[in-house]
Amino acid sequence: MKLVIGGEPREIGGVENVAQLVKSLGGDMRFISVALNGEFVPRGEYEKTKVGESDEIEIVTPFPGG
Amino acid sequence: MWRLGGKELSSRFFIGTARYASPDIMRQAIEASGAEVVTVSLRRYGSGKWDSNAFLNLLKEMKLHILPNTAGCYSVKDACTVARMAREVFGTDWIKLEVIGDDYNLQPDPFGTVEAAKILIKEGFEVFPYMTDDLVFAERLLDAGCKVLMPWAAPIGSGRGLANPHALKTFRSRFKDIPCIIDAGLGKPSHAAAAMEMGFDGVLLNTAVSLARDSVAMARAFAMAIEAGHKGYQAGLMPEREFATPSTPVVGTPFWHQEKK
Repeated sequence: MKLVIGGEPREIGGVENVAQLVKSLGGDMRFISVALNGEFVPRGEYEKTKVGESDEIEIVTPFPGG
Repeated sequence: MWRLGGKELSSRFFIGTARYASPDIMRQAIEASGAEVVTVSLRRYGSGKWDSNAFLNLLKEMKLHILPNTAGCYSVKDACTVARMAREVFGTDWIKLEVIGDDYNLQPDPFGTVEAAKILIKEGFEVFPYMTDDLVFAERLLDAGCKVLMPWAAPIGSGRGLANPHALKTFRSRFKDIPCIIDAGLGKPSHAAAAMEMGFDGVLLNTAVSLARDSVAMARAFAMAIEAGHKGYQAGLMPEREFATPSTPVVGTPFWHQEKK
């Protein structure tokens, strides 16, 4: 399935929902937040939020700021 | 102590966490500043070498109040989405709302900022709006439910200081019962002192400290200036006069003559 993750086109297989997508990316995901097609997805809704062809996903983490 | 956004604070210095030489310099600068509130942001997962978890853990260890921003957002939708994500990541309802309207000077979009503030306040956010010194903009934000106002001194990162002191004085006197924090554009400790002497409740800055040759010393310098300016304001500044007035009493001056020579 073709997805756009963080602005980059990616080919990701075997994922149906946000929870599976986040797991497939690996790494430490304790302090992340997700938006799907511009809409915030609360952590408790990862399992039931489906991802589909050409969806745009943003995953963010804490960063310094002014 | 004073209250802001439901929290008790002793410092009036709000400091940013960006662009320091290292995380350790950032930590030392924050400690030197005495600030209890730090601004932070969100970035795409996996971008750069920054250790996000270590960063967040450090701020938590320092027991700081975290004020996430929506920097880089140009639309109401993006700003609201980033605010919701920030609330989840940082575990706070506080949000420094930035809806940028102009790329050239990073001027806030007043219409977008007000619209986003309305949405976020309904969702339970404590909105700290990045704004200009425009009185009508401020009125609309208060109508939206904002309990604090954050007018800029000058464009972000410019270091120009109080670009329009008259407007800021007017702003302060117009909203004398609302916590008002100068956000952005300060470059020198004297700028911060001047803002506090006007009666502003605090200042928020980042670049002037993080890009100083010695960030830790500069953080301390700003802290002293903020305290001096605030104490000066509380003490009551003397009115300005057009002409000289002798500070030493004239009566009894030796060799003094009433008549002009």
